[in-house]
Amino acid sequence: MLTEKQIERYSRNIILKEVGGVGQEKILNSKVLIIGAGGLGAPAALYLAAAGVGTIGIVDGDVVDLTNLQRQIIHFTPDIDKPKVQSAKEKIEQINPDVNVITYNKRLVADNILEVINEYDFIIDGTDNFPAKFLINDACVIARKPFSHGGILRFDGQTMTYTPGNACYRCVFLEPPPKDAVPSCAQAGVLGSVAGILGTIQASEALKYFLEKGELLTNRLLIFNAFNMNFRTVKVKRNPKCPVCGNNPAIKELKDYEQRICELKQN
Amino acid sequence: MIITINGEKETIGKEQITISDLLEIKKVKMPEMVSVELNEEFLDKDSFSNTNIKEGDQVEFLYFMGGGSGN
Repeated sequence: MLTEKQIERYSRNIILKEVGGVGQEKILNSKVLIIGAGGLGAPAALYLAAAGVGTIGIVDGDVVDLTNLQRQIIHFTPDIDKPKVQSAKEKIEQINPDVNVITYNKRLVADNILEVINEYDFIIDGTDNFPAKFLINDACVIARKPFSHGGILRFDGQTMTYTPGNACYRCVFLEPPPKDAVPSCAQAGVLGSVAGILGTIQASEALKYFLEKGELLTNRLLIFNAFNMNFRTVKVKRNPKCPVCGNNPAIKELKDYEQRICELKQN
Repeated sequence: MIITINGEKETIGKEQITISDLLEIKKVKMPEMVSVELNEEFLDKDSFSNTNIKEGDQVEFLYFMGGGSGN
């Protein structure tokens, strides 16, 4: 049951016929895990908090750094050197006291990821390296958890949503890029607002998932370029030979790839 | 022949080319890191050099995007 204050707070959601009081209650009962409190995780967390997601889990093992503030809008100047999960939790609680925030001040690895994601209904990949992205994909496929994959680079963004039975990240990108094809961690750079665009799309996918309304980005890869503001979706399909979600999966256990953050040269 | 690459129609001067040829013609850097979809089907990397492209085909080059931070 929504309180009067909640009806007022969420009125702009509730007025939508696709949401209503019923939909708002679904959101209030939902649990979302955001892996990475950075460029993508920050806007996702802010919008999910505002929407009233009942439980938000945030994972990040880093502290706030000055270079983060250009795009990780949940962190402010006084938060520098504070654990990112603590900084995120503080802002979420200020936006919306209805939200229960659970923080994980650590990195998720093969050994610990399953027990964490099992507690949540929807997972958002806000990580910035390929080993993590593949680990999250594999874990979510194995645990049958829906998740939003996201990645950004300079002025481009890419996202898709996995639900069991549909294309996963490995159906599109079979495995992490080869180690020697990955240049050293140079400053690839990213326009801050590009992170905002993509992270907010990921939050929207989570909300639609709980509302059970609209079409998720399943079997579709959304690609945008902020320079020309071209948004397009590419159809993708579940690969029956996918090593993790296919008919005869070779990957039944999780492992950690060793790799650093990637910079991809694109023509 | 005219084919569609990443949603845009393009004229390719040659009549008989493979995916590998197309990656070269389009000067795709780090082709080992590109995922290729031909007419909405993903191709195994091993088949790039023996998959031919014909008139009207739709090709998608999908690139890894991992993150923009340098730290």
